Amino acid sequence: MLQTNAPDRSTLVSLSAAGLYRKGRWLVRGVDFSISRGEIVTLIGPNGSGKSTTAKMAIGVTRPDEGEVRRVAGLKVGYVPQKLSIDWTMPLTVDRLMTLTAPLRGREIDAALEATGIRHLARAEVQHLSGGEFQRALLARAIARKPDLLVLDEPVQGVDFAGEIALYDLIKTIRNSTGCGILLISHDLHVVMAETDTVICLNGHVCCRGTPEAVSRSPEYLRLFGARAGQTLAIYSHHHDHTHLADGRVLHADGSVTDHCHPDDGHHHDDGLPVGRAGPMRIVHTHGPDCGCGSDHSNPAAAGGDNAAEKRDA
Amino acid sequence: MLDDFFIRALLAGIGLALTTGPLGCFVIWRRMAYFGDTMAHSALLGVALSLLLHMNLTLSVFAVAAVVSLALLLLQKRGTLSTDALLGILSHATLATGLVIVSFMTWVRIDLVGFLFGDILAVTEADVSLVWGGGILVLLAIVYLWRPLIASTVNPELAAAEGLEPERARLAFMLLMAVVIAIAMKIVGILLITSLLIIPAATARRFSASPEIMAVIASLLGAVAVAGGLFGSLRFDTPSGPSIVVAALAIFLASLLPFGRRDHGAIANAHSGGDSR
Repeated sequence: MLQTNAPDRSTLVSLSAAGLYRKGRWLVRGVDFSISRGEIVTLIGPNGSGKSTTAKMAIGVTRPDEGEVRRVAGLKVGYVPQKLSIDWTMPLTVDRLMTLTAPLRGREIDAALEATGIRHLARAEVQHLSGGEFQRALLARAIARKPDLLVLDEPVQGVDFAGEIALYDLIKTIRNSTGCGILLISHDLHVVMAETDTVICLNGHVCCRGTPEAVSRSPEYLRLFGARAGQTLAIYSHHHDHTHLADGRVLHADGSVTDHCHPDDGHHHDDGLPVGRAGPMRIVHTHGPDCGCGSDHSNPAAAGGDNAAEKRDA
Repeated sequence: MLDDFFIRALLAGIGLALTTGPLGCFVIWRRMAYFGDTMAHSALLGVALSLLLHMNLTLSVFAVAAVVSLALLLLQKRGTLSTDALLGILSHATLATGLVIVSFMTWVRIDLVGFLFGDILAVTEADVSLVWGGGILVLLAIVYLWRPLIASTVNPELAAAEGLEPERARLAFMLLMAVVIAIAMKIVGILLITSLLIIPAATARRFSASPEIMAVIASLLGAVAVAGGLFGSLRFDTPSGPSIVVAALAIFLASLLPFGRRDHGAIANAHSGGDSR
């Protein structure tokens, strides 16, 4: 996977120490990452961890309150927002949706609809589409304009498992054929697209980052998802050096407790073990019991004991 | 039978309806009906200020409507009260303030009913040219801003991400609303302006396959309602402004009757035409 990373790629977007402050609190803070041409970056994290906020800062929908976001001049973005509801009062067919933000040629529209498998729905009203069909229509719209950077906020929501694999394959194909950069927000904490170059786990800040390990290496997941999924999906093992406690304080790997995360917390620059590639297949996840991330946490009493040791092993 | 004043009224009304069609579609799509009402009600404050300061009436109404819409934008950003509460405050506060100011000016006699319900039969040639001149400018601006307006109506963040500046479109839309309210006041009156925006657009929805078609149909239906209302008012000796609204309502009600059902036909076609996969 990593071998496809050509070193001379141009950076499309870079965030440095970017943060957004709203209604008395920081939604995200100290976010650092960049996306280059041909690179796939996946953002994961629990609900409310600032994934969408970070993506919006990256593409300039919101301006950061601290830090900096740089985009190359004339960057063409294709965006699939997390939530988009089209009022039934607006008559809008799939065809018309394609040219929402810019004019397109008829065959560009056809090609995008063909690629997402909804060409037969070209004349249907968007309000009549199912969740999965609408998601495909939004993806078709975003790719039809041939963007430099494709930003997909939970693009596979409402799509069944086979459809999810197909859409990830499509995203891979788009990346390979157009060389665009892709910022993907995943609704799943552990399973990401195998082609992802960098996984960034957010929880108000960058909790950890690394590369995913292929599902195919894990017999358990192979059994669960099947061999075809193994080529498309990957597991991301979390390697956090701190835990968010119930009272908002932070327990660090060395046992110390502080009131806040340090800005450089969780930034593992692959020192020691190559993160997420050589480690065991089990998912190591050390958020607090109430972090709401949906991961199965071991009971709080054991959190300081076996679990911590296990984490350090990983 | 058809006197000059009637021709002028017809011309002014149809010119206005052609303008309110597309604008009314945006009012519906953006769910801003109450917002339009608020801007319209503020027109009475504009009337009062124009009398007090000896300003041009149309200009003064436009200015007050624009200021009210900008004030609403600012208040919304502070986010302390819900939008409908803010609209309620602004709507009635401006209407009431206008009435109070007018009552202080004992030296002027104004035709309050004329302002509230319009006096289309009294329009002058200057009024007709104002309606058509202003209307054409508004329509040109809508055509020019069409894509950003539609995109930011569907999703402002999507429009912003893809470089269409939704804030600019929104501001332009509010100013266009202020222009239309200023030129529509004499024709249908402050209290009935929004009906000419909303009813034809709502009627057009069922017969439209795209936003563009809906805007055109809304214009045409509005023009039909104006003509029907004016002829009706002549025939039955009813007040002209309300008659136009009643005519628009009649067309709307007729459109609810189950004939054609073209929308169902379109879906059936879409599903039967499965050529790929």
